Amino acid sequence: GVSQLTLPRSYTRPRRRSLAHRSASRSGALTLWTCVLLVSGPAAESSLTPGEEMNGSGNLMDFLDEPFPDVGTYEDFHTIDWLREKSRDTDRHRKITSKSKESIWEFVKSLLDAWSGWVVMLLIGLLSGTLAGVIDLAVDWMTDLKEGVCLSAFWYSHEQCCWTSNETTFDNRDKCPQWQTWSELMTGHTQGAGGYLLNYFLYIVWALFFSFLAVSLVRVFAPYACGSGIPEIKTILSGFIIRGYLGKWTLLIKTVTLVLAVSSGLSLGKEGPLVHVACCCGNLFCSLFSKYSKNEGKRREVLSAAAAAGVSVAFGAPIGGVLFSLEEVSYYFPLKTLWRSFFAALVAAFTLRSINPFGNSRLVLFYVEYHTPWYMAELVPFILLGVFGGLWGTLFIRGNIAWCRRRKTTQLGKYPVLEVIVVTGITAILAFPNPYTRRSTSELISELFNDCGALESSQLCDYVNDPNMTRPLDDIPDRPAGPGVYTALWQLALALIFKIIITIFTFGMKIPSGLFIPSMAVGAIAGRIVGIAVEQMAYHHHDWIIFKNWCRPGADCVTPGLYAMVGAAACLGGVTRMTVSLVVIMFELTGGLEYIVPLMAAAVTSKWVADAFGKEGIYEAHIQLNGYPFLDVKDEFTHRTLATDVMRPRRGEPPLAVLTQDSTTVEDVEALIKETDYNGFPVVVSRESERLIGFVQRRDLILAIKNARQKQDGVVSNSVVYFTEDAPQLPASNPQPLKLRRILNLSPFTVTDHTPMETVVDIFRKLGLRQCLVTRSGRLLGIITKKDVLRHMAQMMNQDPESIMFN
Amino acid sequence: MVYETVTNPRYQLFSFACFLMMLSTAEVTGAKNSEDIRCKCICPPYKDVFGKIYKQNVSLKDCNCLHVVEPMPVEGKDVEAYCLRCECKYEERSSGTIKLTIIIYLSILGLLILYMVYLTLVEPALKRRLFGHSQLIQSDDDLGDQQPFANAHDVLSHSRSRPNVLNKVEHAQQRWKRQVQEQRKSVFDRHVVLS
Repeated sequence: GVSQLTLPRSYTRPRRRSLAHRSASRSGALTLWTCVLLVSGPAAESSLTPGEEMNGSGNLMDFLDEPFPDVGTYEDFHTIDWLREKSRDTDRHRKITSKSKESIWEFVKSLLDAWSGWVVMLLIGLLSGTLAGVIDLAVDWMTDLKEGVCLSAFWYSHEQCCWTSNETTFDNRDKCPQWQTWSELMTGHTQGAGGYLLNYFLYIVWALFFSFLAVSLVRVFAPYACGSGIPEIKTILSGFIIRGYLGKWTLLIKTVTLVLAVSSGLSLGKEGPLVHVACCCGNLFCSLFSKYSKNEGKRREVLSAAAAAGVSVAFGAPIGGVLFSLEEVSYYFPLKTLWRSFFAALVAAFTLRSINPFGNSRLVLFYVEYHTPWYMAELVPFILLGVFGGLWGTLFIRGNIAWCRRRKTTQLGKYPVLEVIVVTGITAILAFPNPYTRRSTSELISELFNDCGALESSQLCDYVNDPNMTRPLDDIPDRPAGPGVYTALWQLALALIFKIIITIFTFGMKIPSGLFIPSMAVGAIAGRIVGIAVEQMAYHHHDWIIFKNWCRPGADCVTPGLYAMVGAAACLGGVTRMTVSLVVIMFELTGGLEYIVPLMAAAVTSKWVADAFGKEGIYEAHIQLNGYPFLDVKDEFTHRTLATDVMRPRRGEPPLAVLTQDSTTVEDVEALIKETDYNGFPVVVSRESERLIGFVQRRDLILAIKNARQKQDGVVSNSVVYFTEDAPQLPASNPQPLKLRRILNLSPFTVTDHTPMETVVDIFRKLGLRQCLVTRSGRLLGIITKKDVLRHMAQMMNQDPESIMFN
Repeated sequence: MVYETVTNPRYQLFSFACFLMMLSTAEVTGAKNSEDIRCKCICPPYKDVFGKIYKQNVSLKDCNCLHVVEPMPVEGKDVEAYCLRCECKYEERSSGTIKLTIIIYLSILGLLILYMVYLTLVEPALKRRLFGHSQLIQSDDDLGDQQPFANAHDVLSHSRSRPNVLNKVEHAQQRWKRQVQEQRKSVFDRHVVLS
């Protein structure tokens, strides 16, 4: 039945009419349902409409009808009212608790309501894990498709194809007759310029094909599926509404095009988009339970947990995922969400493990597990790597923001498809010749993280082995580098320069793109180069003072793989400014608790160096670029301005648009709504006394007047609108007055004009306000909205205040 | 309320679909093809023996150098030294899962591509032929509008008033197209969201 919510402080809503045609939930055949879902996606995505009349049997047709907006919903690109959502949820809970004492069935219902949160978490974990497994397997296959195909079973990637073959040799572990490159398949030549050129050409063709498909699908079906998603999710979690951003079509297209984008060889990763995918799953399951679908505040709790599950499957790091959600993505993170996020992250990790995409029950491609110790003197190169990470982070953020700004404002933005194709073409042309950029970035990082034992045959591990050596596997002493290592070093240096430059232009294009993997690749390459340099210096100059104490000849002192890990952590920290979550993710990736100190040293150094140049990480920078109304909790406001300096109206502006308690007519209200575009109006006793009664939202006003004109008799333009309990005394000849007390918020937040802005910013942040009224000795002076606060903060930081675009 | 949710047919349908999906995944991962397990031993070069990789389909307890390395390239007392350097790893994979995943992914991708081709190329051509000149005049007015779904509004106005299934589906589809067009305007044209 209709749930009648009664709010305290007389913040009531009009009784919801029983509209039989609602968008959610009717009976129907499965095929028709999925078919309808495909063609009418966002019709069912109006998961933000409350008041669904769940009668249990309606018709399928109602599902397809346009959703009717109700009082209490929010408009697109507006901020929610956190306090109202919280009080609605408290009322709902109180009603359930009071009813649960009536009968056993009500008690069971209250238990089910309490457990619905856990059920949602379970479903989110299952679906995120499944989707991540699908994405991993598909990327594995499609990346190899650029180079060749498996003849015995076309669905196998290179490694899977050669899995059972016995023709792999020690030196050529990848070769087997079942898998052939395209030039082998087409012409039969494997060696020589002809074969190489044909492979090169087909590699470029496949890369262009994949990226063209990706950008076309995004453009035609779900434009919100492009980019990383994390800046927008941060803004959504702080209370902003972007309709369709977490919808079903966005979910489908993001999953499909993410595979295409990563497989096309572009310098991007899939971690950020996986967070978006997981949040879409969260939104999807929220719509099944009215507890979450009708309440925007509760929904955001679920989304925080879903973000944790997304990072958990991306890295195989459940704890890191929860910390990432807590530190980077979420805005309000109550402790209850912590436990539930952990549960969702664990379920997602288990689901991914059971799908087993990498064949070894590992979760991530570059899971390494060595335990060679590190030495105190090595902290110097680790800190140097941290400095490099910080500098690279600054360079990347500045370059990327400049490029994205250019895309936003100039002609470049008018050709998104062409831009994607050109960047893919350049990437493919430059990446193919270098064996370290030809393969996928994940494989590159995996190879760089690996330690070189006696069993590796790659070029990077071409050390000069002592033929008489009899030591066991994991205690190989430091060896001099063979020629292969030197070749690998300069190839890696070229790869480093290439990746640094191309990632700046890739991140932010109109395809799903993440930047965790490219940052880690840059850091890993730099780290490995430094590691090999230190290793060779320690070997050849073991009598120098710095090496004498800790590195004796014949001992295994330096592990270049560890340097690669530290470099990766430093670069990732420099770009995103993550702290705790970064260290936890890195040590969950490696399984080595003994490496926490180097990782922390590098992360801290890179954060300090990067913060010296600019306060924002990449996500905050993108939020600022787009002008989202995001009030960052990390910023400190230390200026001495007062509320009067920020409030509207300023001197010279038209006076505040107010409604009076019982002397405004319907016509006046409609004129006010038409002439101004304010989101709400204060209600005062009268224009002379200007004492504040309450605040009324524009949307509620519009709907209430529209309802009244349609439903109530006698309401005409001259009818007086009153907000008091009893109708005002009017002569009998006047038309029937209209009571609108129900939509009035009788407890708007007010501050006095001498309140310091520091306190006002704190109030906005902690309570999630949208606007705050300014009074002096009880009389209304003005209003401060969130947009005004953000503009003021931007002005104080010497940034452009006009860049804040949304309310 | 939870009660309504539980009796909600859509919820029941959805949970049933989820259950089926999980069952099929479990079934696929449960079946262990004999080809799907292997023990891989990598033995580096030793004295004058070249490095080699040995693979065999043995179970976990037999995954060691003595069982897998056949024929043993060294004699007698060298065997122990040789085997010490070898690293043997037990690996499992699920070929059924890989096949199922790739085929499902390719079919979804294929369907989306077909639908995209239909929406961008076939449907405008059909509509133009059906509605003739009046449509042409209107499409001339939106000169710069090369995007798909440009005729969403027009089609809505031409639809018949009979409330049947197909009509409703058509309406829903047009509404979806309008929403996507709005999204496309904010992302691609005005660059308001998502830079």
